[in-house]
Amino acid sequence: MRTRKPFRAATLAERHRKGQAMAAVFLGATVFAVLSLLILLASVIDQTAGYVLVEYGTSEADVFPPGEDGSVPPIGSLSSPELIAVLSDNLGPRRLKALELESPLEERSRGDLADLVLAEVLEPEIVRTWTLFESLSSRSDILAWSAANVPDGALMFRFWLSPDFLSRSQSSDALFAGVRSAIIGSLMTIVLTVLIAFPLGLGAAIYLEEYSRDNAVNRFIKTNIYNLSGVPSIIYGMLGLGIFVRFLGPLTSGAAFGLAGGVAGDAGPGGSAAGGVVDAAVSAIVDGRTVLSASLTLALLILPTIIINAQEAIRAIPRGLRESGYALGATKWQVISGHVLPASMDRILTGTVLAVSRGIGETAPLVLVGASTFLTKDPTGIFSKFTTLPIQIYQWTARPQAEFRNIAAAAIVVLMVLLMSLNATAILLRNKYRSERRG
Amino acid sequence: MTRGATLAGRKRPGEALVYGFLLFAAGVSVLTTVGIVVTLGKESFPFFLEVSPWEFLTSGRWQPQIGDFGILPLFTATVLTSLVAMAIAIPAGLASAIYLSEYASAGVRNVLKPALEVLAGVPSVVYGFFALQTVTPALRWVFGIERVDVYNTLSAGLVMGVLILPLISSMCEDALSAVPNSLREGAYALGATKIEVSLKVVMPTAFSGLAAAFIVGLSRAVGETMIVALAAGSGPALTLNPFRAAETMTGHIVRISGGDLSYDSIDYNSLFAIGLVLFAITLTLNVVSNRLVRKYREVY
Repeated sequence: MRTRKPFRAATLAERHRKGQAMAAVFLGATVFAVLSLLILLASVIDQTAGYVLVEYGTSEADVFPPGEDGSVPPIGSLSSPELIAVLSDNLGPRRLKALELESPLEERSRGDLADLVLAEVLEPEIVRTWTLFESLSSRSDILAWSAANVPDGALMFRFWLSPDFLSRSQSSDALFAGVRSAIIGSLMTIVLTVLIAFPLGLGAAIYLEEYSRDNAVNRFIKTNIYNLSGVPSIIYGMLGLGIFVRFLGPLTSGAAFGLAGGVAGDAGPGGSAAGGVVDAAVSAIVDGRTVLSASLTLALLILPTIIINAQEAIRAIPRGLRESGYALGATKWQVISGHVLPASMDRILTGTVLAVSRGIGETAPLVLVGASTFLTKDPTGIFSKFTTLPIQIYQWTARPQAEFRNIAAAAIVVLMVLLMSLNATAILLRNKYRSERRG
Repeated sequence: MTRGATLAGRKRPGEALVYGFLLFAAGVSVLTTVGIVVTLGKESFPFFLEVSPWEFLTSGRWQPQIGDFGILPLFTATVLTSLVAMAIAIPAGLASAIYLSEYASAGVRNVLKPALEVLAGVPSVVYGFFALQTVTPALRWVFGIERVDVYNTLSAGLVMGVLILPLISSMCEDALSAVPNSLREGAYALGATKIEVSLKVVMPTAFSGLAAAFIVGLSRAVGETMIVALAAGSGPALTLNPFRAAETMTGHIVRISGGDLSYDSIDYNSLFAIGLVLFAITLTLNVVSNRLVRKYREVY
């Protein structure tokens, strides 16, 4: 057996040294978290701009009318009639007819027509994309690579996050895809979610804090809310699929209100090709995959968080405020609506906004509730099919082609800006309530 | 209750109406729970008529095309990603909580806490993008392209750890700051250094609260979906190698339900069976953590 060293207490200096080392570890862990955030943001930004190497199916010189000096004019300088002429010269009659059906060519804007010429006639195809960091750090390598491998390709520096990206609708081509439908869908869904969840959440919190007695039923409700707040969001998606989409399908699709026609019109490429009135009506009845279903699902998802936050806000109001109200002869509801709620509204709103921010970023439940993979029309009402920004990010990220990562990153920036402006609104609202209370 | 002369018997229909609505609002949460249980039970019932629960829980293959429904490969992938996540989130979360609660000055706290809150507020689909776009290539660069798959559970788990870190950190911090100052001062009076107070007095006292935080974090890891759906792989595989692709329970549900799925097929019903297992696991974890939280509230 090894002889044990005699016990010697650590000196104070040793203990302090150990303490400093551990403190450095603690600080390191915190810095690690912050650093992760920075790397995450940097890697998103890195994808939102950079060089793109494009190869055209048809060269510009072949289709554009030559300018006065014989050179090929850039697409931006052509007028609408010239663009229409290019289209009718180069597209087959069937494709032209299909385009006319979508919306007559003469009525389209110049920008729209230019996009059409690009997509339908010139048929650009992305050969390779580079990230912002690569584009800035090894520009000459990129130029050399392009010249060597694709001599007739066009190399351009592209900001994927552009006004066009915000205003275009979905497309299967990364060069022409945009997030308009997704932004509209996200905003509609979240507004409806708040309209459903806020009154219910606030009501439940008032009941639990002001009315409920401490009995078994109310304790069960409280435990239940706590447990619900820990249920994974995907389970809420299954709830939404089972209850709102299927069981309540006639209500959430709008069929019960005689709105089946409007929904059938949105049925997408497959639905419009199938045509028949009966088919459309049937598909509308069973299809509860609408903005309404999504909002109801998200509302249930964020409800526990809203309730718990609102409960804490109401609990923080001192008893004296309530008692002085009662002493003046106010009824219970008068005390609550006139004193307790105004005094706690700033914290209630802050808590609600936190819950809503979580709701905006949710993806999994909406995949289950049936967000559309490809939307031909913007959502117009609560019975429309929908997609949202997170869904769009998910679908683009899951694609194997690199250029879809670029537009996914651009969509992430849009989503984060949306979240940040929401939080800024919350802070403004809170300050407003606070100053009103003081003044 | 006192009864005034004229106001006493006055009916107040408005008050009753308000009370009715508030009661309903509180009832919605109970209805939600009932809805979850009923939906999962009802939709998975036809599945369990065809596949016995025993086979479902013990068979090692998940191949719906040939009628194999054994949840083990999905389950092991969930365990693997969650373990990797916890291996990051527990030490880092606890350490940053100790730093913020015991060491940081007010100025540093005011910078670091909001940063952690931003980290907690980033949607999980963005983390999924980050895992696939940045972390996986980095792992492949470090460990070698032939050893690390394009989709792998390690990358998903690591990023999930970063996602859960702020949650664990803030829950741990709550638990640590709930420890009364008199305990700290008593230890200092006996000549303990700061680190000894933090590790040997404050941490053991807050133990149940810390444990609750870890369990809530684990529950979040098990239920986390978008990171694993994007980065962990899309095919069930029974493997414990974190460099290989393997689909988790949540990842499988999202992938299958996002495709063309016909209602009332066995594939559809099998998703609800997985959901039932997921719900049971997370509910158990939450109930345990709830007990622990109550315990540390009662102590002082």
